[in-house]
Parts: sequence; C-alpha cells; structure tokens
Amino acid sequence: MPSERSALQWIVLFIEKYWLQFLKGTGMTVLLAVIGTAAGFVIGLIIGVVRTIPKQAGGKTGFSLRALALGVLNSLLAIYTEVLRGTPMMVQAMLIYYGLTEFAKVNIAAIPAGMIVITLNTGAYMAEIVRGGIQSIDPGQSEAAKAIGMNHWKTMLYVVLPQAVRNILPATGNEFVVNLKDSSVLNVITVTELFYATRAIRGSYYRTYEPFLIAAAIYLALTFISSRLLRLLEKYLDGPRDFSLAQNVGRTRRK
Amino acid sequence: METVIEVNSLRKSFGSNEILKGIDLSVTKGEVVSVIGSSGSGKSTFLRCVNLLEWPTSGDILFKGESVTRRGFKLPLYREKVGMVFQQFNLFQNMNVLQNCVIGQMKVAGRDRETARKIAVECLEKVGMQEYIHAKPRQLSGGQQQRVAIARALCMEPDALLFDEPTSALDPEMVGGVLRVISALAHTGLTLIVVTHEMAFARDVSDRVVFMDGGVIAEQGTPDDIFTNPHNPRLREFLTRFLT
Ligand SMILES: Nc1ncnc2c1ncn2[C@@H]1O[C@H](COP(=O)(O)OP(=O)(O)OP(=O)(O)O)[C@@H](O)[C@H]1O
Ligand SMILES: [Mg+2]
Repeated sequence: MPSERSALQWIVLFIEKYWLQFLKGTGMTVLLAVIGTAAGFVIGLIIGVVRTIPKQAGGKTGFSLRALALGVLNSLLAIYTEVLRGTPMMVQAMLIYYGLTEFAKVNIAAIPAGMIVITLNTGAYMAEIVRGGIQSIDPGQSEAAKAIGMNHWKTMLYVVLPQAVRNILPATGNEFVVNLKDSSVLNVITVTELFYATRAIRGSYYRTYEPFLIAAAIYLALTFISSRLLRLLEKYLDGPRDFSLAQNVGRTRRK
Repeated sequence: METVIEVNSLRKSFGSNEILKGIDLSVTKGEVVSVIGSSGSGKSTFLRCVNLLEWPTSGDILFKGESVTRRGFKLPLYREKVGMVFQQFNLFQNMNVLQNCVIGQMKVAGRDRETARKIAVECLEKVGMQEYIHAKPRQLSGGQQQRVAIARALCMEPDALLFDEPTSALDPEMVGGVLRVISALAHTGLTLIVVTHEMAFARDVSDRVVFMDGGVIAEQGTPDDIFTNPHNPRLREFLTRFLT
C-alpha cells in the first residue's frame, strides 16, 4: 500500500470509507454509556435508600429479625461496592463474560455481558454518590416531614430524594462521561464499541494514527456535548431565580 | 376539661446521660403552656419526646387517653394531630410555599388537590403569607419562613401544636410578627406547648408556665405565680437573668 498520502488525506479516506463503522461504534459506545449510567443510577438509588432504612421500627431497642436482616443486607451491599470499586472494569469484564460461559454454562453474547459489567460498575460508584447526596440533605427537613405524619418512605420519596437527586446530578453526569470513555475497555470481550471498531478499521490499512485521531475526536465531541446538555438540564431543574407575588389569593387581604 | 396530652414519668437518656428525669405534665384542650428554662435543661428533648422524634427511655405519653408508645399505635395519625414548629423552620427546600402546605394534606391526610389547596391558602392567610405561594423557602426571610412553617402545621388541622423556640433563629425585627401569629392561634382554642426564651410572650399569652431545670419540672403555675411570686431559687435566678 503506497503511503504518499498526507495525514489529512488518510483521515478523509478513513472517514469516506468507514464512516458507517465509526457511526456504529459510536452508537454502541453511547448505548453502553446511557444504559450503564441509567441502570447504574437505579442500582445506586436503591442501595442508597436501603442503607437509610431505620434498623429499629419506632425507637425500640434490642434484637429483632428486621435489624438482623438489614444488617446482613447492608454487609452484602458493602461487599458489592468494595469489590466493584476495587477492581478494574477490564478485569471484571473478563471474569463476568468468560466466567458466565465457563462455570454457569450461560451462553451470553458480548454486548449484553458488556452492559451488565458497565451497569454493575456504575451502580457501585453511584451507591456512594447517592449516599453522599442523601446525607447532604439537612435532617431537619426529614424531621419536619415526620412531624406532619410522613413515614420513612414518603419522607424519602417527596422530600429527601428529589433534593438528593438534584444535588448528585453533576456527579451522575460525570459518571456518564467516564462511561463514554471507559466503555472502551469492553473491547477485551469483543464488544463492538468505538475503540473496537477503530482497531478493526486500522487493520485494513495498517495505519494506526489517523483512525484513532478520528476516534479521539468523536470521544471528545461526545463528552463535550453531554456535559453541556447536563448543564442545561441542571439550569432547567433549578427553575426561575425570582418569584412574583400572587394576586388576589383567597378572599381577604391582611392590612 | 378534656385532657389532650398527658405525660407520665417521662425519662430520656442518651447513652448513660439522663436528660429527662421523670416529667409529668397534663395539658387540657385549648390550653397554652409555655416551657422556659436555661439552655441544656432538656426543653427540646422533652418536646421531641412528646411527638416521638425521640423515643422515651421510660414513662409514657397519652394522647386523648391513648398511649402513643404502645405497639400498633398509628404514629403518623398522631403526628398529623400534634404538629411541630422548629427553631430552624425546616421547610421543604424542593417545594414552594404552596407545595409545602399541600404535600402533607395530600400524602398523609389523603385530601384531594383542590381541597388541599383551599385549606393551604386559608392557613397561609392566617399567617399573612398568602401572597407568597409561589416563592421557594430560600427566597424568604427567616420570619416569613417561620410563618409558612406554622401554616404548614396548621394545614394538617391539628389538635395541638408544639413550638421549639420558634423565634430564636430570627432577626429581632422578625420576632414580633411571628409571636403575633402564635398569640392569635392561642385564642382559637388550639392547644399549644411553646418552648420559648421570650418571657413577655410566656407572661402575656400562656395559661400556664412550666419551668424546667436539670431534666425535671422544677416549678409550674400561672404566669402570675411564676413571674411575680416564684418559689424555686433556680427559677428566681433564671428570671433575674432574663428580666433585667
Ligand atoms: N441526640 C442527642 N444525643 C446526645 N445528647 C443529646 C442529644 N440531644 C440532646 N442532647 C443533650 O441533652 C441536653 C439537653 O438538650 P436540649 O436540647 O433538650 O436542651 P434545651 O433545654 O432545649 O436547651 P436550649 O435552650 O439550648 O435549646 C444537652 O446537654 C444535650 O447535649
Ligand atoms: Mg432547645
């Protein structure tokens, strides 16, 4: 293959010839990041809320089945987060993909396996983020909710979680950006995301630099756009900064 | 006279530290009770035990003759009927003024949106905050927030309200407005227990003043008894500190 082409010409060539492969890889990367972050967020939310369940109902003390069950559950959740946060996702991918096929005799395809890995991984990080988000809400508001008769679940649902979720939105967005990039490690189990696709494209001309330059540009565009969108979402959720006085509310006006 | 809240030999310890050392108090319908006492005497702990934000170590609380600590007692229902107003207001920051007043009515009392809204506006009128229904708590002054917190409690149509130093976190110029609102409630037949450092309020508005000292009720009586003829030496000392 003659290589009198300039780098720019190579880039144009790769784009012209392989734009569909790049697009498919990009699509898979975005899909992995969206599913991993969304499902991981749900896992994190559930774990975060389970951790807040009072050990004892109604201030009673001493041994109870409920306290024991919650203790065991919390330990299991702690093990989950420690293990998933303490090992590389690439290793987790190998263990889950090949482990499932070899020991559980489950024939799982690479893409669903990759989704499971990125979800479990994100869930472990989100659990910590959600925990912090819940703790950041002033306990006075929970007490006020209890004082008008809300139970633990209603207090969580209507008062604590809406604020906690708002507060952890930036951290969640950050997880999404990390997932856009780190989904690339799933190439080790042959998930056809952007890195995998780029490597395959490289193989056809024995040129590495230009395809990966294109990949880098795509990754950068993805992360840039998503952080901008997130900023807009935050602004929208915060609502207007000012309020206006209501006119003619009710019947009488004071003074 | 019907007894609304009856506290029997209430004790509360945090670890080995006993804060409440046997409190007996019986409050009748429509009565306004002020609780005074120096810092650390257990006033807040007492109030928090009454609506079970803290669980008593021993003793009991009866609401209209029914033990609130027994198994199977409907705690949310009790809290609906015995509201609480906090020193730090504790408004729900994710909701505007109207939503703060509506959420409990809908999610706890089970009222529909229209009814809840109507009652909320009525209660906000009582505290002079009806124009602010669209404001978020952080957009309001402390005094305004406290008045909304009072309206939020009123919306549950309680039998009794507990106030824990409702004006202590306010700038001096805000105190009067909030006290006026509470005084107005005192004349509506609502049962009130008010922990306060505002001696003028205790003297002028309450039917009974309770002086707490070291986790017990050291003296109680009419405002006249307490302020013009105090017996307990610690109460005398406390009053000279406050009234001079
Ligand atoms: N959750 C808790 N854990 C441990 N100790 C506590 C707790 N809550 C209160 N205490 C202690 O109980 C004592 C009485 O506190 P409390 O808040 O009831 O006093 P108070 O009369 O309301 O005082 P103040 O006028 O300053 O509000 C204090 O020494 C306080 O440190
Ligand atoms: Mg106090």
